[in-house]
Amino acid sequence: MAHLVLDHISVHYGNQAQPAVTQASLSVNSGDFVVLVGRSGCGKTTLLNAAAGLIAPNSGSVTVDGKQIKAPGADRAVVFQNDALFPWLNARENIGFALKLRGVAAKERDAAADRLLALVKLEGFGSKAIWELSGGMRQRVGLARALAAEPDFLLMDEPLGALDALTRERMQTLLLDIWAANNIGVLMVTHGIDEALLLATRIVVLAPGPGRVVRQIDAGFGRRYASGETVRSIKADPAFNQARAELEDSIFEGEAA
Amino acid sequence: MSRALQSIGRSAIGWLLPALLLAGWEIASRAGVISANVLPAPSAVGAAFWKLLLSGELLENIRISTLRALSGFVVGGAIGFGLGLANGLSALSRGLTDTTIQMIRNIPHLALIPLVILWFGIDEEAKLFLVALGVFFPIYINTLLGIQGVDPQLVEMGRIYGMSRSQLFIRVILPGALPSIFVGLRYALGIMWLTLIVAETISASSGLGYMAMQAREFLLIDVVVLSILIYALLGKLADSLARYLERLSLQWHPAFQNV
Ligand SMILES: Nc1ncnc2c1ncn2[C@@H]1O[C@H](COP(=O)(O)OP(=O)(O)OP(=O)(O)O)[C@@H](O)[C@H]1O
Ligand SMILES: [Mg+2]
Repeated sequence: MAHLVLDHISVHYGNQAQPAVTQASLSVNSGDFVVLVGRSGCGKTTLLNAAAGLIAPNSGSVTVDGKQIKAPGADRAVVFQNDALFPWLNARENIGFALKLRGVAAKERDAAADRLLALVKLEGFGSKAIWELSGGMRQRVGLARALAAEPDFLLMDEPLGALDALTRERMQTLLLDIWAANNIGVLMVTHGIDEALLLATRIVVLAPGPGRVVRQIDAGFGRRYASGETVRSIKADPAFNQARAELEDSIFEGEAA
Repeated sequence: MSRALQSIGRSAIGWLLPALLLAGWEIASRAGVISANVLPAPSAVGAAFWKLLLSGELLENIRISTLRALSGFVVGGAIGFGLGLANGLSALSRGLTDTTIQMIRNIPHLALIPLVILWFGIDEEAKLFLVALGVFFPIYINTLLGIQGVDPQLVEMGRIYGMSRSQLFIRVILPGALPSIFVGLRYALGIMWLTLIVAETISASSGLGYMAMQAREFLLIDVVVLSILIYALLGKLADSLARYLERLSLQWHPAFQNV
C-alpha cells in the first residue's frame, strides 16, 4: 500500500503574475483512481508534474509514504498526451527501455515487453516501428512502457485526449482493466466529464485564477465496471446522469467563485 | 527475386541518361560536329585515363587530393561537431560563441584564398585550412539545429527514467539529432570537394586540381576533361557513402524505409 500526498502545494512559474496553483492538496493511495478536471489553464498539468517530481513546488510538500519527493522516480510512471515514445526504438524496445537502464538482460526484457504488449492488446506488434502504429496503438505502447517499471502510481496527463471517440472508449475500459488488476494508484488529467465519472474513484475539481482545488467528489462507477457491470449499463443508470450534472455544476461554481 | 530485379532496374534507370549523353557525345565528336579542341571524344578521355593510370600519375594525384579533402574534413568536421554539441547543450557556451560564429559565417570562405595564400603560401596547410573552414559551418549549424530540435518531451521522458546526463545524451539527444547531423554531413562533403578543387587549381604542386591546371598549360584538353569527370565521380562516391551510412543509422526513420 503506497500513499502519494500533495499537501498544500503552491507553484509559481517565474514569469507569471499569479501562481499556477495555490494551496492545493490531494492524495492518491494504491487502488485509487483520482481524476483531475477543470478548465484549461487551471493547473492540472502543473499538479501532475509536481506529483511526478518534474517540478518542485514553491511551498507545500509532495511525499510518497511520508518521504519527500525531489525528482522523478520509477515508483511514479508518467504517460503524456503525446505518446513521447522514442521513434528510434521499436515498440518492444520502448517498453523494455526502463528495464534496459536497470541492466535487465535482453531476453528477460523482451519477455516482459511481450507480456505487456498482450496486456494492452497489441500482441505481435513488438517489432513495429513507432511511425507504423496508429495514435491509439502508440498510446497503448506508452501505457505498456509506463507499466514496465512496475510503478506504484500511474500519472497520466490527458492520455486519451488525442484519440477519436471510439478508440477513446475502448482505452477507457482498458485503463480500468489494468487499474483493477494491478492495485496501482492512478492520477489522471482529463477534459472529458463522462470519462472522469466513468473512471474515477475520486474526482478533484480545480478552478483557475489562481489554480486551486475547489471540490473533491467520490465516485464509484469505475468500481462497478471492475466488478463486472458493463459500461452501457453504468451509463444508462440515472445516477450517472445525476452525477454528471453535479460535476458540471461544481466545475461551473468553481469558476464563478 | 522480382523485387531485387526491380530495385536493380530502379538504380539502372538513373544511368540511362548519362550513357545516352556519352554515346551522343562520342558520335558527335567522330562526325566532327564537336571540335576536338573544344571537347575531346569520350574515347580520347578514356585513352588519357588509361595512360595516366599506367604511369601511376593519376592514382597518386587522386590519393593526394583525397587525403587533403579528408584531413580537412576531419579537422573542420570535428571542430564543427564539437562546437555544435557544446552550443546545443549549454546556453552559456552558445551565448559565448554563437554570435561570433554567425558573423564569420557570412564571409564566403573562398574569399579568404588571397589571405590564406599570404599566410601559408601554397603549402598543405592552406588547403587544409580552407577545406576545414568550409566544412565547419554546415556541420556546426546542423548539429546545433539537430540538438535544439530534439522533442523536449522525449528529454522530459529521459528525466522521468532518471537518466544521468551522459545517458540522456547518448540515448535521447544524439539519436534525436542524428537526422539533422546527416544533412550537415552530406552538405559538408559537397563543400569539401568544391573547396579543394578551387584551392588546388589556384595553388598546389600536386593533386587533381594541379593535374588539370598543368594539362591546361600544355593544352591537353582530354586530361582537363578527365580531371573534371574524376572530381564528379569522387563527389558522387562520397555522397553515396554518406547516404549509405545515413540509411544504416536512421533505419527507424520513416524517410529511410526501403519501400
Ligand atoms: N512552464 C511554464 N512556465 C510558465 N507558466 C506556465 C508553465 N506551465 C504552465 N504555466 C502556466 O500555469 C498555469 C497552469 O498551467 P497548466 O499547464 O498546469 O494548466 P492545465 O490545467 O494543465 O491546462 P490545460 O487543460 O490547457 O492543459 C497557466 O496559466 C499556464 O500559463
Ligand atoms: Mg495540461
